[in-house]
Amino acid sequence: MKRKFRVNRKLLKKSEELLFRVFMILSTTIIIMALLAIIASILIKGVPSLSWSMISETPKGGYYFGKEGGILNAIIGSLYLSTGATLLALVVSLPLALYINIHKMKQKRAVNSIRFILDLLWGIPSIVYGAFGFMLMVYLGLRTSLLAGILTVALFIIPIMVRSMDEVLKTVPKGLIESAFSLGSTKSETAFRIVLRQCIPGLITAVLLSFGRAIGDAAAVLFTAGYTDYIPTSLSQPTATLPLSVFFQLSSPIPEVQNRAYASAVILTIIVLIISITSRAFSMKYQKNKIK
Amino acid sequence: MINGSKINIEHLNLHIGNKHILKDIHVKIPEKKLTVILGPSGCGKTTLLKSLNRLTDLYPEVKTQGKIFNDNEDILHPKIEITELRKKMGLLAQSPYPLPMSIYDNITYGLRISGRRKKKYLNKRVEYYLRQVSLWEEVKDRLKDPASALSIGQQQRLCLARGLSVDPDIILADEPTSALDPVSSREIEELFLKLKQRYTIVMVTHILRQARRVADYVIFMYLGEIIEHGPAKQIFENPKNPITKSYIKGIYS
Repeated sequence: MKRKFRVNRKLLKKSEELLFRVFMILSTTIIIMALLAIIASILIKGVPSLSWSMISETPKGGYYFGKEGGILNAIIGSLYLSTGATLLALVVSLPLALYINIHKMKQKRAVNSIRFILDLLWGIPSIVYGAFGFMLMVYLGLRTSLLAGILTVALFIIPIMVRSMDEVLKTVPKGLIESAFSLGSTKSETAFRIVLRQCIPGLITAVLLSFGRAIGDAAAVLFTAGYTDYIPTSLSQPTATLPLSVFFQLSSPIPEVQNRAYASAVILTIIVLIISITSRAFSMKYQKNKIK
Repeated sequence: MINGSKINIEHLNLHIGNKHILKDIHVKIPEKKLTVILGPSGCGKTTLLKSLNRLTDLYPEVKTQGKIFNDNEDILHPKIEITELRKKMGLLAQSPYPLPMSIYDNITYGLRISGRRKKKYLNKRVEYYLRQVSLWEEVKDRLKDPASALSIGQQQRLCLARGLSVDPDIILADEPTSALDPVSSREIEELFLKLKQRYTIVMVTHILRQARRVADYVIFMYLGEIIEHGPAKQIFENPKNPITKSYIKGIYS
């Protein structure tokens, strides 16, 4: 009787192991297939419409009906907008992240409330930021413009940037911070000369991650940055962006224009890919001084 | 018994939250001697050490009462210039934490934040302090390499040199050999024996044999209290308190 029980138990464990392995393989496969399917579909539909003029010319005949020209306006517009928003967000995020991790390291409760608020902000959908930005514009009498887009997107990525920086800064060994203080560093010296150096790779990744979010978001810029066929020459002009160029071209009734939407998607994906590869390269480069 | 004490701790009590970590610590630490704070893990040794340069400030919910005098200056006074205080005490932590920069910059960091920037002066100081910890010969050709590339033992000596670079008169060491191999541990101990002629050293350890090898003066702690303190010889050969006696005999570890 006893023996029989033992055999069953073994069998049970084995089947349990098998079951979980099947689950894991299945879920991994789904993820990889989804990624491949997305990339394949935009490539299949987009690459035929991809041409040099696509990335070197502004649209001819309007973004909605035009089959000629390119989406240079959206590429440049997106880069302007995301760079502006990322820089603006960086100016706010880095001091905040350092402040809650170094200056306020003792006030655990206050810091955790700040983290909680940031997490809430992170969870708000970008269309809500867009609507909020729009409301603010109406209130201030601004029109759809690059500036309004930058402000809204910056607002939208600040929580993302602060929290990703925060996660990086949390990994700084307490002993390193104590060493810095023991040498007579002030809090700011510890933050900017020691902790910043230690975390540079992670911080760059955080910034580029936020940049990726900024360049890929359509909803936040829909009402605020507007859309145009021209490359903006000042902050007060509206600007085109890549996600919206995908959106508008895809909603066109003309099949050629729809295919151009996929070409725009390819371009957007390539830009995001370049960003992630650059961020990895940067992290590798600055890894050498890091203390484990 | 003690002629010339460096640090006077008077009725120090420390709470973290509701926990009473240090209970009425009252002791004098002699100048230019190596004082060992001895005791089993979790008895408050490290907390006592960190109170001396107010690193306890960094921890949430810490409350301290009492006084600690360093050369007649109350360390715990809220208006004290904390960075100046910390410069007077070099800290050596349990495991080495070199700064995330080159070997050279590790030594010059403390000098540079104090406003010393002349290259010639810094070069001289780097060599001087690295020689102090017998590291110069090993690293003189690769001063620009990241400090993280050194071995753990070398890193710990670098940290010691870095601590000396701000010209302290006290060295605080928190189980400085616990992460090191026996050879590196011995090197640190030998350095301490050399340095104690010029510095007041306070070292926390739970390693009895290490304490026997290096201590001039011993403070024995148990559960947040000082059980006994006195010259090393007296504590090791003729302890008065039964708890000390059994610890020395190796009953607690």
